[in-house]
Amino acid sequence: MSETDRTLRPAEPSRLVVFWQRYRRNRAALLGLVLFAVVLAMAATAGLIEPVDPLRRAGTPLTWPFQNWQTPLGTDQLGRDILAGLFHGARISLLIGVVATLISVGIGVLIGALAGYFGGWLDDLLMRITEAFQTIPNFVLLLTLVAILGSSIENIILAIGIVSWTAPARLVRAEFMSLRQREFVDAARNLGLSDAAIIFREILPNALPPVIVFASVIMALAILLESALAFLGLGDPNYASWGNMIGQGRNVLRTAWYCAMIPGIAILLTVLSFSLLGEGLNEALNPRQKKT
Amino acid sequence: MSLQLPPMLIYAGRRLLHGVPVILMIMVGTFLLLKLAPGDTVDALVGDMGGADAKFIERLRMEYGLDQPVWVQLWRYMAKLAQFDFGWSFVYEQPVSEVLLDRLGTTLLLMATSLSFAFTIGCVLGAIAARRAYSLTDNVISVLGLVFYATPSFFLSLVMIVVFSVKLGLLPVGGIQTIAAFYTGWDHVLDVARHLIMPTSALALIYLALYMRLMRTSVIEVAELDYVRTARAKGAGEARLMIHHITRNALLPVITLLGLQFSAVLGGSVVVETIFSLPGLGQLAYQSVVQRDMNTLMGIIFLCSIVVIVVNFLTDLLYARLDSRIELT
Repeated sequence: MSETDRTLRPAEPSRLVVFWQRYRRNRAALLGLVLFAVVLAMAATAGLIEPVDPLRRAGTPLTWPFQNWQTPLGTDQLGRDILAGLFHGARISLLIGVVATLISVGIGVLIGALAGYFGGWLDDLLMRITEAFQTIPNFVLLLTLVAILGSSIENIILAIGIVSWTAPARLVRAEFMSLRQREFVDAARNLGLSDAAIIFREILPNALPPVIVFASVIMALAILLESALAFLGLGDPNYASWGNMIGQGRNVLRTAWYCAMIPGIAILLTVLSFSLLGEGLNEALNPRQKKT
Repeated sequence: MSLQLPPMLIYAGRRLLHGVPVILMIMVGTFLLLKLAPGDTVDALVGDMGGADAKFIERLRMEYGLDQPVWVQLWRYMAKLAQFDFGWSFVYEQPVSEVLLDRLGTTLLLMATSLSFAFTIGCVLGAIAARRAYSLTDNVISVLGLVFYATPSFFLSLVMIVVFSVKLGLLPVGGIQTIAAFYTGWDHVLDVARHLIMPTSALALIYLALYMRLMRTSVIEVAELDYVRTARAKGAGEARLMIHHITRNALLPVITLLGLQFSAVLGGSVVVETIFSLPGLGQLAYQSVVQRDMNTLMGIIFLCSIVVIVVNFLTDLLYARLDSRIELT
């Protein structure tokens, strides 16, 4: 490896630079990056800029936005600060999105890699399991898991991971099936590498780019699933999540619709940012792939 | 040749057999979920009676076969599921299968309206965008698609309720029909339709966006194929090309997606039916979770899975019928 690296001359720009140059070409993807940065900043500074507990009373209940600068975006029916809820909700949503995606991709990579690499009866078995998971409506399964496991935030994250691994599994399986017949895999096998080493060190790095792109889709899906769950009142009541805020805002929808609308717009923009990011990543990482 | 079965029938049979292992997996899965859930049928029964002595509970466990080894229980459970016997609902005081049958119609109606809406509008807009690719129209449609795709159905539902019910007073906030109005004939149909406008739009929007994007890509791809160029060279007008030559092939990937996503749309009905108080399976799923009615919940999972498998089977048949390139063997 290092031998060939040294003979490459003149030095190409680093991978990161090439990546950025490709990514930058898509203006929508840049907008996605900006939106994502805003959400990230909100999550990082929650509690610092707005030192208000989002679950405690901060002002007169049902103050409309822009009326009182103590609570710029108004308060809900219990007098809780909506802006503080928005900041803390960003933290919860991102946390849930990232961890649930890691679990989902983790399960997906493991199952997809085993099925695609070994093939045969193992592939058949794992694919039937995958189909069974795809057949059950994922939100119904999510409700069931939360009903069984309980609705603490850890269990919700785990349950979201369990209901969303099928797509990455199929993706990884397809990549493995095409990659396992390539020469470098034969070479590795002839060198006496174990199956585990071939799967994780040789094939997996080559199979990852489409999975990384897809991770942004799962992240958006995870945030949507959690907010829908919280909206129905089945989320973790100890955290101010956006879905929670909308669910409670629903009770005062006729008079104070802003309580539900503000966090709703926050979810919309966050999911939009992930979709745009995903598209940008796809173009930058798989430039040869057809646009879908 | 004449004695052989038609290839379509053989294909259909093979596809049906394919569903069997998946159904078996789901049976085992629901059994495991029931075992994982705290409490069993006897606990629910005893709770319903307001308590019982230990000896009686022991006898009940024996009667329900809960003293048997797990694999015997599994076998009996699967045999029951195969006959659509999902046990007793302690909340509704009825067999679960009857509760489900009451609710199935509403959900299927909502699925049908949402998917036809999403499919028709999505494909038309996608085709328009593709024919005017990279124009202003195309850009507006694409941006709308991205926003639609990012809009959670529950948020859209609330926005629509605020605008159309609270502010404008045009549409009913919930329910499947006006209570105690006793409409008949066309009045009844119109009444139900008015109640379905908002739930249908809320459920359809994300899928509309997806079908739109896929249709756009698909039309652009098909329009560049040789056979379209040949048709154009032979003097076919653009409208005729679009209707007779491009659309049919461009629809194929959208139909595949429609089948693949049916289960996700069913899942989405939980939120939408709950918001608009539509008495369907989705609302029942939510209520069963809140009321801890595990038998009903498992019944919903199993019934929904069967519906998904049937829909996938039908879309595959439709696909095979539309695409003569597919070999049916």
